[in-house]
Amino acid sequence: MGQDINVKKLKKNAFRYSKVRGETASRVRIPGGLVSAESMVRITQIAEKYGNGTIFVTNRQGVEIPGIRLEDMDAVNRELQFIIDDTGVNQQERDKGYPASGTRNVVACPGARLCPFGCYDTTAFARKMDQTIFPNNLHFKVAFTGCSNDCAKVRMNDFGVIGMTEPQYDPNRCVGCEQCVKYCKKRSVGALQAVNDKIVRDPDLCIGCGVCVAYCPTRAWTRSREHYFRLVLLGRTGKVNPRLAQDFIKWADEESILKIVKNAYAYVEEYIDKEAIEGKEHVGYIVDRTGFDEFVKWIMQDVQLPEKAEVASRLYWDGKRYDRSNNLK
Amino acid sequence: MGYILTKEGFDAVVDALKEQYRLYAPVLKKGEGRFTDTDVVRYDFVETAGQIELEKKSDYAFKELLTPLSETLFFFTEDAVKPADADLRPVIVFLRSCDLHAVKRLDQIYLANGKDRDWFYQRIRDCVRFALIGCGRTCADGFCVDMGSNRSTEGYMFSLDEVDGKILSDVKAPELEGLFAEKAERAGDVTPRYVTENSVRVSVPETVPNSIYKAGLWDEYSTRCIGCGRCNFVCPTCTCYTMQDVYYTDNGKVGERRRVASSCMVDGYTDVAGGGQYRKSCGERMRFKVLHKVYDYRRRFGYDMCVGCGRCDAVCPEYISFSACINKLDRAVKEAQSNG
Repeated sequence: MGQDINVKKLKKNAFRYSKVRGETASRVRIPGGLVSAESMVRITQIAEKYGNGTIFVTNRQGVEIPGIRLEDMDAVNRELQFIIDDTGVNQQERDKGYPASGTRNVVACPGARLCPFGCYDTTAFARKMDQTIFPNNLHFKVAFTGCSNDCAKVRMNDFGVIGMTEPQYDPNRCVGCEQCVKYCKKRSVGALQAVNDKIVRDPDLCIGCGVCVAYCPTRAWTRSREHYFRLVLLGRTGKVNPRLAQDFIKWADEESILKIVKNAYAYVEEYIDKEAIEGKEHVGYIVDRTGFDEFVKWIMQDVQLPEKAEVASRLYWDGKRYDRSNNLK
Repeated sequence: MGYILTKEGFDAVVDALKEQYRLYAPVLKKGEGRFTDTDVVRYDFVETAGQIELEKKSDYAFKELLTPLSETLFFFTEDAVKPADADLRPVIVFLRSCDLHAVKRLDQIYLANGKDRDWFYQRIRDCVRFALIGCGRTCADGFCVDMGSNRSTEGYMFSLDEVDGKILSDVKAPELEGLFAEKAERAGDVTPRYVTENSVRVSVPETVPNSIYKAGLWDEYSTRCIGCGRCNFVCPTCTCYTMQDVYYTDNGKVGERRRVASSCMVDGYTDVAGGGQYRKSCGERMRFKVLHKVYDYRRRFGYDMCVGCGRCDAVCPEYISFSACINKLDRAVKEAQSNG
């Protein structure tokens, strides 16, 4: 008997179209990349009961449970309810699984909950972002990383958030050991130099990574009370023009970033290629078409940046152009 | 005389003391720790009793008042020198028994090591008196009992212990008896609390044979230690400093001399003219430090320098334990002695 399955609906319900006919995979969303052990047990149980006993750990910090028979999707959705509640993911109807899959899982490195270099609670911000933008069918990739190391590779996302701290210097606690100078040079950008045995920071060069604070033995360097962010825009992977996201705002605040990403949805709805297959077009390609100024006009609607914030007036991307030539000879 | 005070009563004592004294105490500094949203406890001047951190041991010691991390000593022109002004109003420093024992070490080095007394140290020291914070239980890293610094019976104006919501004070300074008597709930027998047992034990060797200088026990520290000097900067007994002569750039002929804290663990400490360096590896630096703290100082002054506060253990980013090293040293000494 032939199976009559609405594949479009299946995909929006966060199930994958599998190459194995009659099978699917359940795509479990884990915003911020932190999940309780109990949810992991539930995921394991679904994989054992409905799947083939294996679990894919995905690049975007979700998991995919493969080998699920299409007729078991409703049952799996019911079992997913605990995990959806536990991970705090927005839902429209209980026991029906995930309401969308276009807006991808919001990624975050472990950040300040675990990492000595993390400049803010990445998980909390990622969850807040997920609450703000999910569910939505538009294809958006947002990622958070704790510091300029960018372990979360946020520059390959439409919206990347990089944590920053503004180092605070107390010359009265500085003994001139110059460890900050050394580590800034070796582990970061070399924004510090010793002048008359005290330290001078180049504010334009400083990326706010906090390495000086981490290595200062006397607490002459401390972190700013405020947590700041660098917002980078419109990076992507893919077949046509993969590229790294470029800096848009430095010393941004949390509220502005939430608003900017939210605003971008309205922009995409207005300008997305109406012929786009399955309504999927990377934001960056739309901006390539409309021009950056139009994009900025939409995303900066009602955004009140803090005085400290620096905004780039124009962004330039390069990256690989597969659509021009692929001849490496 | 002992007094039992309500918290409000003690607040009133502090308010009254403030009229005559500056109060220097451990303070919890929110968000000023090494990592994001972590705190640090270090000394600062306080205005109210509530600002004093009575629970956690300070990460950095009280010595920053007596030997500032960075202190301009004097200004110089081509033919004249003017000492820098210092705030010489009287201070009460709130500290624990281990730290009160450390004061003796600081005084020893700055006031009684050779024929000269350190004029800059002396002028601040003359302004300083102490209040003893009792220890109701041992801290995690301290080994004060084995170092003999767990108890102080003198050298403080008054003590304070917070027990069941009351402040217990043993007042030693006669001039404060009236104030405490007025603000206290009642008089009573008060002995400052002190610990008689630590979870960390050390066994300090009585003598150390010269062969230990070349023993293998120091080698591991050459790869483990990053030479950051935190152990020295937080230590209440470390007194090493270095000088910075700064010439004002607009003129070039006038400037100031600064004294800054130094550390026998950091690069540059043993640099000498001609590019030499006595202790290149961190293992050698560790050997120097450990032997100085629990042996060499004693040979000169008759008692160990280390008071066992354990701050060096708590602050080390590489999890190097000073107390564990003392015990490793002790084992190596016993081994060397049994080998004849």
